[in-house]
Amino acid sequence: MNIQNMILTLQKYWSEQNCILMQAYDVEKGAGTMSPMTLLRSLGPEPWRVAYVEPSRRPADGRYGENPNRLYQHHQFQVVIKPSPDNIQELYLESLKALGINPLEHDIRFVEDNWENPTLGAAGLGWEVWLDGMEITQFTYFQQIGGLEANPVAVELTYGIERLASYIQDKENVFELEWTDGFTVHDIFKQPEYEHSKYTFEESNVEMLFELFAKYETEAKKTMDKGLIFPAYDYVLKCSHTFNLLDARGVISVTERTGYIARIRNLARSIAKSYVAEREKLGFPMLKKEAK
Amino acid sequence: MAKNVLFEIGLEELPARFIDGAELQLAEKTKNWLEELRINYASIETFSSPRRLTVLIHDIAENQATIEEEAKGPAIKIAQDENGNWTKAAIGFTKGQGKTVDDIYTKEIKGVTYIFVNKVIEGKPTESLLPGFDEIITSIQFAKNMRWGEQTLRYARPIRWIVALYGNQVIPFEIAGVTTGNISYGHRFLGSELTIENPLDYKVQLRKSYVIVDHQEREKMIIDGIKLIEEKNGYQVPIDPELLDEVRNLVEYPTAFLGAYEEEFLTLPEEVLITSMKEHQRYFPVKSGDGKLLPYFVAVRNGDAHAIETVRKGNEKVLRARLSDAQFFFEEDQKNSIEFYINKLSNVVFQEKLGTIRDKVNRVVRLSKEIAEKLATDSNTTVLVARAAELSKFDLMTNMVNEFTELQGVMGEKYARIFGEDEAVAVAIREHYMPTSANGEIPGTLVGSIVSVADKLDTIVGCIGVGLRPTGSQDPYGLRRQAIGVLRILTERKWDISVADLFGIAIELYRNLNLEHFNKETVVDDLRGFIQQRVAFVLKESGIEQDIIQAVTSGEIGVIATILKKASILSAKRNEESFKPVQEALGRVLNLAEKTEEVEVQPQYFETDSEKELFAVYEKVASNYRMLIEKGDLEGAFHELETLTDPIHEFFDHNMVMADDEKLKNNRLALLNRIALVLNSFADLNAIEWKQHF
Repeated sequence: MNIQNMILTLQKYWSEQNCILMQAYDVEKGAGTMSPMTLLRSLGPEPWRVAYVEPSRRPADGRYGENPNRLYQHHQFQVVIKPSPDNIQELYLESLKALGINPLEHDIRFVEDNWENPTLGAAGLGWEVWLDGMEITQFTYFQQIGGLEANPVAVELTYGIERLASYIQDKENVFELEWTDGFTVHDIFKQPEYEHSKYTFEESNVEMLFELFAKYETEAKKTMDKGLIFPAYDYVLKCSHTFNLLDARGVISVTERTGYIARIRNLARSIAKSYVAEREKLGFPMLKKEAK
Repeated sequence: MAKNVLFEIGLEELPARFIDGAELQLAEKTKNWLEELRINYASIETFSSPRRLTVLIHDIAENQATIEEEAKGPAIKIAQDENGNWTKAAIGFTKGQGKTVDDIYTKEIKGVTYIFVNKVIEGKPTESLLPGFDEIITSIQFAKNMRWGEQTLRYARPIRWIVALYGNQVIPFEIAGVTTGNISYGHRFLGSELTIENPLDYKVQLRKSYVIVDHQEREKMIIDGIKLIEEKNGYQVPIDPELLDEVRNLVEYPTAFLGAYEEEFLTLPEEVLITSMKEHQRYFPVKSGDGKLLPYFVAVRNGDAHAIETVRKGNEKVLRARLSDAQFFFEEDQKNSIEFYINKLSNVVFQEKLGTIRDKVNRVVRLSKEIAEKLATDSNTTVLVARAAELSKFDLMTNMVNEFTELQGVMGEKYARIFGEDEAVAVAIREHYMPTSANGEIPGTLVGSIVSVADKLDTIVGCIGVGLRPTGSQDPYGLRRQAIGVLRILTERKWDISVADLFGIAIELYRNLNLEHFNKETVVDDLRGFIQQRVAFVLKESGIEQDIIQAVTSGEIGVIATILKKASILSAKRNEESFKPVQEALGRVLNLAEKTEEVEVQPQYFETDSEKELFAVYEKVASNYRMLIEKGDLEGAFHELETLTDPIHEFFDHNMVMADDEKLKNNRLALLNRIALVLNSFADLNAIEWKQHF
């Protein structure tokens, strides 16, 4: 099954489970979790079901398109359901069957993994799902988001598309993966992988990035003070990506990271709080919709 | 016939590390619960797997035990009137206990006679009590709990089903929206839904459904599988017990299989191979008969041998990907020189206000040299220390450590050897991170110890100097742990360096650097408070009581061994009956000394023999005391202080300290103050709650 069909299959499957099919969010981010469709919507009492593909940029993972397993940008298929359904594990395993993975032919395991994204003040408990020893999905019950207690609890499934595809297509090299008939990952992504890696590790303007970080941070705060949550959150995402670029360039030490992470976390925290407050002012409209 | 009881808590996959503890708790709590309820039974068995915690109670009694209890009534004086008839009080009491006055007997308690009846507490049917088991289930403690859905219960993982059977009857209760029943579930893929008709069939039914509920049996299956592989191939597979414990709790039906990786990866350092296999993939590394690592691994599948080839291929692919990454890094890293990496450290900020890691390394080199000097190491050692300090962080810039962060220091050691550094330098690079936890091992070599202390001193003094003192639970830079590390190295290596002096070296170095944000004025006080707390923590860990801790840590923190010795002398002394007059005498001196600042004693104002005598003894004691302290004889020194006892008592018996004559008064206070100064140089004896032990 090529990647395009995998995505279509997952979209169809989760659409049938009454998920809203969303499109990728248009600000750079390191993970699908950071899309406001997950991060903000997981907050508060309103029910939520969403599925989308998220291109995820991890500058530090860039390898000039030369490493068979590493990418500057990979794709995640993200599913978020709040409150978490009782049969979520079964729903997930059914989705693997839809992708043609017969559990009797493989070793599928749920291995403890407590996920934490300190930059977003988010933490959850769950597993990495292993398919014959390979981590193919991050399965998380959110416990805290933006420093707020998750109540009710949302469950998040993050499929690593390329990982899963390399298994399904039995390819050792990510660039050999077939995206759709006649097009491989190499065709589509080799050049941007090289160029982004070159930029990230060699050409990025470190001084400018430090400046941008400070500017984005200021703008996020200012915008938040005006009660404009979504635009403020966009600037938090920009801070986060800028931090990732600096980090990948190797100009932030382990010790120093803590400080930067704390700065982003403080922003995320106040945004989370304001989001819930604003939704409350609106009377949690989606809660009512559910009741009808 | 006595019935059997079964409770099975069905869960989403529990973290492997929780399972054994939870099973033990379940057994313990069930026993206590039945005992408290006075329900007899023949035996208890427990089971566990990633998806269930189970307890089976054999031959449970049909009813709680019926017991007779003695009920105490009023005193006989009140229970009987003057004619010996039972009063209303007595009748009321017996009625209240479901008895009549005919059942009364009397007993004497502390000279007073009371009336009693024997009350029978009828045992209730067990069946009516079993639904209370929900409390046992929810009381199991896990290291980490979570919530799910809209439930408020916090538990290790979501509860999905509960089997609760009394014989073939379902015991009704509900936990977190899950109602009990007699339906269990076998292996996720190989098994099926099961109706448990009889608790005794549980184990067999589950086995048929590919779940081995006895963890020892699962362990045996893994060991047997590994042995088979060993015998068949002539390999040796060392079984790490921790890994085995984890693996057996990751599977419900284990099948061990052999996988391979390309021989070329064997050129990688063993630590890299083993970390990849053990830590990342939970595989058992395979060795040859003579103990050499072979390009194979043993993995354990959760399931049977069906399509095991696919599973093997998948696992090999994953390991291959990890190892090719590692191989690439290992080769790339060796293409550069050590100096290349050291230079790269200038691009990495250690801490915004403290400069780059390169800056840090430069400081650590200087600190290491000064510590070596204080320890009077030979010149060769000093050279090695300086080199080890310079290379202490270079591996952080290598690809390998960037990827396998847990190998920081370990890779530094490897690469230093490859680059031809001295063996002692290579080892010290690895060791300078030690101890990595509060109770972790300290560096084994002198060079490693010196660099370790220097590195930690630099971080602590630097961070505190720029205002990053840990607060409450917040210690993002790990300063507390590092301070404990320094103190432990000082103690265990018996270094004769005062803690205050040691930190003084780092403070001095930072002062000379003139960093913009480094606060030269406040750092000394901030640091003193921080170090005092850490020393207090170490003392507390070794069982020293709070007031003694305060007494020995109040002044400047000196040599750790001395502080520990003083604490032990004082702890022992204050529990000795014979020490009472000493502490009374010293205590009086210390109290009165607080009333003055005066230290000038003027012998011409002495009026009585006893004050002359005290002064004379004081002068002798003070000089002996100083000499003994110099020699490190703390016990002798403290004993010297004790000899002041009699002259002090004499002094107080014959002199009025607070005399009307100001000159006399001040002179006597000055004498006491001089004595107090010597006493307090041993420890802040005022802080000790002397009286509490007498």
